[in-house]
Formats: sequence, C-alpha cells, structure tokens
Amino acid sequence: MPLLEDGRIIDDAWVRVADDAVLPDSPAIVTLARLQREAAQLAGRNAPLGVVLPPDVAPDAIAPFLDRLGLVVLELPKFRDGRAFTQARALREHHGFTGEIRAAGHVIPDQYAALLRCGVSTVAVPEGADPAVWDAARRVVGIAYQASVVPDSPLSLLRRKLEIA
Amino acid sequence: MNAIAPRPAAPIPPHARTYRYDAVDREFLAERIAEFEGQVQRRLAGELTEEEFKPLRLMNGLYLQLHAYMLRIAIPYGVLNAAQLRQLAYIARRWDRGFGHFTTRQNIQFNWTKLEDVPDILRALAAVDMHAIQTSGNCIRNVTTDEYAGASPDEVVDPRIYAEILRQWSTLHPEFTWLPRKFKIAITGAPHDRVALQVHDIGLEAKRNAAGEVGFAVHAGGGLGRTPLIATKLRDFLPEAELLGYLEAILRTYNALGQRDNIYKARIKILVRDLGADFAKAVEEEYARLPRDRYRLDPAIIAAIRQHFAPPPFLALNDTPLPEDPAFRAWAGRSVRAHKRPGYASVTISLKPIGGIPGDASAEQMEAVARLAERFSFGEIRVSHVQNLVLPHVRQEDLAELWDGLREAGLAAPNIGLVSDIIACPGMDYCALATARSIPVAQRISERFADLDRQLDIGECFVNISGCINACGHHHVGHIGILGVDKRGEEVYQVTLGGSATNDAALGELVGPAFSYDDVVDAVETILRTHVAHRLPGERFIDCYRRIGLAPFKEALYAAA
Ligand code: SF4
Repeated sequence: MPLLEDGRIIDDAWVRVADDAVLPDSPAIVTLARLQREAAQLAGRNAPLGVVLPPDVAPDAIAPFLDRLGLVVLELPKFRDGRAFTQARALREHHGFTGEIRAAGHVIPDQYAALLRCGVSTVAVPEGADPAVWDAARRVVGIAYQASVVPDSPLSLLRRKLEIA
Repeated sequence: MNAIAPRPAAPIPPHARTYRYDAVDREFLAERIAEFEGQVQRRLAGELTEEEFKPLRLMNGLYLQLHAYMLRIAIPYGVLNAAQLRQLAYIARRWDRGFGHFTTRQNIQFNWTKLEDVPDILRALAAVDMHAIQTSGNCIRNVTTDEYAGASPDEVVDPRIYAEILRQWSTLHPEFTWLPRKFKIAITGAPHDRVALQVHDIGLEAKRNAAGEVGFAVHAGGGLGRTPLIATKLRDFLPEAELLGYLEAILRTYNALGQRDNIYKARIKILVRDLGADFAKAVEEEYARLPRDRYRLDPAIIAAIRQHFAPPPFLALNDTPLPEDPAFRAWAGRSVRAHKRPGYASVTISLKPIGGIPGDASAEQMEAVARLAERFSFGEIRVSHVQNLVLPHVRQEDLAELWDGLREAGLAAPNIGLVSDIIACPGMDYCALATARSIPVAQRISERFADLDRQLDIGECFVNISGCINACGHHHVGHIGILGVDKRGEEVYQVTLGGSATNDAALGELVGPAFSYDDVVDAVETILRTHVAHRLPGERFIDCYRRIGLAPFKEALYAAA
C-alpha cells in the first residue's frame, strides 16, 4: 500500500514479515506475538525493527522494546474505531517514542489532520489514493482549540493557528 | 454550492452575555463549513462511501429521519442572544416549514431541511456565530448547563465560563472524535442540580472550598437509554486548573477501553459499571501520567472567558410587589423565579401550550421572544433542558408588560412545572428509530388536563415521554415516565413512577403491564387521582409517591381489570 508522509507519497522501506518467515536484513515489521516471543534474538538484530500494535493492546505492552523499535504500526479495523488515536498519543506522551508511528487499515482523509495531531507520522493509504485529497483534508481546518502532542504555538485563549508543513 | 448571501445579521445586543467570537473563531467556522462542503462534494463524486459519509454528516448535525433530513443546531449551553434567535426564525421560514423544535439538549432542530441547502444554512448560522458542530456523532456533544446561570440566587460559581471552555476544548478534539459512542457533559454551578448531572457521561458540579477557590465534583458513567444508570463520583473537589487534564484522562480511558462491538454497550456508563472501582483507578493512573503543564487550564484563559459573561449593567433596584390581577398571578406563580439581584426576576416561557408539540416554536414566536428579550432582558435568552425558553434578567416592574407581550405571541401558558409541561421526544412522527408515537401522547395528556385549576391542584409533576428505549424523552427520570414500545405491531406504553433528575436522582419504577395508546391517558389520570387522594396538604407528587410507595398506584391502575 502507498505510504503518505507530509501529504506526499513516499517510498516505503519497511516490509511486513510473517511469523514463520526468516527476517530480512532490511527494515522489518513483526507481529506483537513474535516480538514478545523472540525478544532476546530480536534485540541483537542490526537492521531496523517495527511492530504492529493491535487496537486492543495498550502501548504499555511494548514499552520494554520501544528503544529498539523504529516503527509502530497502528491498525484501524474500521475508520470509526478511534483507539489508534489514543494509542498514538500515549506512545508519544507517556513513552516518549520518537520513531515512526504509522496508521494502517481503514483510514479516511478526513482523519488525517487529527491523526497527525495525536502523533502519527505516516498513513498507509489505499492503492490509487490521491495524495492531493489527503493533503487538502489536513489543511482545510488550520485552527485548533486544544493542546496536542504536536508542539504548537502557545495558547492565547484556548485556540491557536496550526503550522502545517 | 451557489453562494446565497446569508441574511445580514442584526447587531448583537450589547449586553447579551453570549461568548463573543473574534476573527480567529470566525475563521475557524468558515474553515469548518468549507470542510463539510468538500465532504458533500466527495460523497457526490463517489470518493466517500455512504458508510464513510454518514458519521461525517452526523458530526455536523445532519440526520436522515423518516421523511427528510433533520439539522440539529448547537445552542452552546443553551445561551442565545436576540440576533441569534432572529436568525433561527429566518432559517425556520426560509429552509424549513416555519417552525423549529427546541430539544432537551438545549439545542434546536429543523425537521424538514434539504441536503443541498445545508451549506447555506451553515453560512447563515455562521453569520451569527452559530454552528451545528458535534450535535451528533460519536464525539463530545454540546455541553449543557443551568438555564438560570448568572441569575439564580443559589449559584456559587458561574457554570457558563467552564461550559464555554469545554465547548472550545472539545471542538474537533483530535483524539476524541471517534469514540465508541456519543458523549454528553453537563455542568452546574449551584448546589441544586438543574442539569441532571447524575445521568450524564460526565456531570460536573462547580463549587468553592473554604478558601473560596473553584473546583469540581466530577461524576461519570450516568445515562439513560436501554440501561439507565446513575453516575459514580470520581472526585469531590478537582482543582479548577486541572479540569481539562482530568477530563482528558477520563476520555482516554473510555476511548481505549469502551466497548465497540455492541452499540448498546458502548456508552461510558457500561464501562464504569463493569469495571467498578477499577474504572476510577484507570482514570487516576492515566491522569498521574499525563504531562500536567500541557493540559493545565491557565487562570488567564479563565479570566478572559469570564469577561464574556460579566454581569449585564443591572440597576440598583428594590423588589416590587406584583400586580394583583389573578390571571397574571396564575402565570407569574409558575413562570417567575427569584433572581440574585433585588428588583429582578427570571422568567420561563412555556413552549407547552395545551395540545401543542412540546418544544416547538414558530418563526413568529421566536421573533416575538427576541423582541421581548431585547426590551426586557438585555437581549439574552436561554433554552431550558425541559424544552422551554427563559428570559434570565427581567425587572420585576416590567413583568406585567412582558406578560402582555407573551400573551400576544401565544406564549403565556401558565403551566411551568405542571402536568402539561411535558418533555417528549419526536417519536414516530419524525424519528427513524421510534417504536411508538410520543408527541400525540403528550398532546392528549395536555388536553386532558387543560383545566389550569386542576393542574395547580395536582401541583408540581414532571411527565416525560420517549418513543423508544433510547430514552431521548428521559422517561426514566420523569415523576411519571412513559415509554412507547412495539408489542407485536401494536404501540403500547410502559409507565414508571418516582423518577427524578435532580440531586436526589432516581430511576422510576415500573407500575406493571403496559397500556395501549388509547388507555395511557386514562392511566395518567388514575395515577394523579390516586396522588390527590393520598397526599398530605401541599405534598408534591414525587414526595407523596416516596412516602406511600408503588402499591396504591398499582392497585388503582389494575384492580378494576
Ligand atoms: S427516544 Fe427513540 S423515538 Fe424518541 S427521539 Fe430518541 S431514538 Fe427517536
């Protein structure tokens, strides 16, 4: 699936690896089960490592591995399922995670701006998605009324203008 | 969309205490309308599926009902100025059928709008700093508060300030727009609860400690619907500066753990009930972890918002005796309420004329109320959660003249708090989810008790009617609650007694087997006759019920059969 960052399609260096497959020497995404099971071996790996965090698992579950992880993938089973927003925010705010957070699954352009403000960095968009639509959707409302994990200019009343890249 | 210029808005009355938008607030609204217009276009172009578009339109207050689109417009915490009410009248006339319907969430609904008109309606609203944002959808809804805020003698803290802060904080909140279900917050600043805070997802009581500092009792997990529950108190005195951070923690806990696979178990009340003490623990843990400074409510912000709600220029007056005219006295006895300032009063305007649709107002009536508000109440109007209107600050010496004006507009029904002051949801007449009619039941009850002397003799009694188990008519907390259900293709009505939505919040008890559409009014009659037969002198229905219990009512209702 194409990968969106800053409103543009970028190359995706990461590959998802099945639980029984051998890990390549390039950026690889594993399941949570494998991460937990093979923690010791994976810790010794040199190439970047990513994990898929299911929507019903709190980020606390991967806290011990976070300094080894370059990517956390959050899956939205349905776009109406907003748990990923809270997971992303917790990864940034509680765990200080600075790697890539990727939203995957069923995501619609109208969610892009909010995902970014919760700390998501990239979105796996459907095949053939028009990045211009996504970029427009994140720019259309350029004012926010509440604090978020994204560094914003200081509050005057509650709201301030956003600086969108 | 073709740009029909919105009606040039009348100037805002200078002393009406609504939150005044500045350039940034207006820019935000324009952006939000542009976003919605873009969503409509992408839907029409097939880029959004109906499944994807539905929650987007709902978050802008647009429902598909039985016969047409319904647009629900936010009246933040029920506070309106005269220019805004005039604009609502204009919208009613131009894009609806000349009526609007005030709701128990202190909002207004237009039941006959067309999809293609909605962007123009939104622009007409924006012209008076109004919108339809988050009046539906699984997000934080319009915050409700006391309709007598800023006027009531028992007020300790002005809740409008915090209601406005919560409105801003929750507007397009990036993390809480896709919650498991809708989320409703109510706030009061008086010890007497007029907002039903114990049946809200979050209920806040603003109060002061011995040092005079503001804080909040925080209740969570109350609600009506299929599984009515009274809220659990999480904090007794949350310091003012911590309000937003603590609410973030509650919402995060709910967003992460609330059920999503079953719509009937998705409200926060189910999570609070199922987790028990662990819910409070989870909230406190989340709160302990979040960076306090980022979410701290700066006193400068509170002070800035407080300015919007500064008292209007009250005169130094003395209380004046009311005219003797018995008809005036009958109205004033129900509608006029004590004010914190001598010489002033708050006036409740009944939207429950005998045989009328509860909460409906015509465009002409809205304009009449706007005019009277400008003349007598600093241009300010409130919507009450029992679907009436309030003029908060009226000089006592003006009451007789105001009453004349209300009579001319057909708005002087003297029935506030009486049997015919009924809360009813739209029911089968409009709502796609309804299993029974509710408006016609309300109309028939009101006609049965049309005689004012009889209503006065019965005394205070709240009748609440819902057309299905979703309980939009709050039947569980009515002194008399009526729920319409479908029983093998026939509408029948279950009756509960003894509910209450105030400090002594309680859910009504079922009297017994349901009544048919034809019989339900007789059942109400029998219940009230039983009350009159058993009451002590001056005893209210609810007190009488609590003293004598369900048995005498049951016996009167079912013994004959
Ligand atoms: S209670 Fe049921 S019928 Fe009444 S408005 Fe709510 S959903 Fe519709």
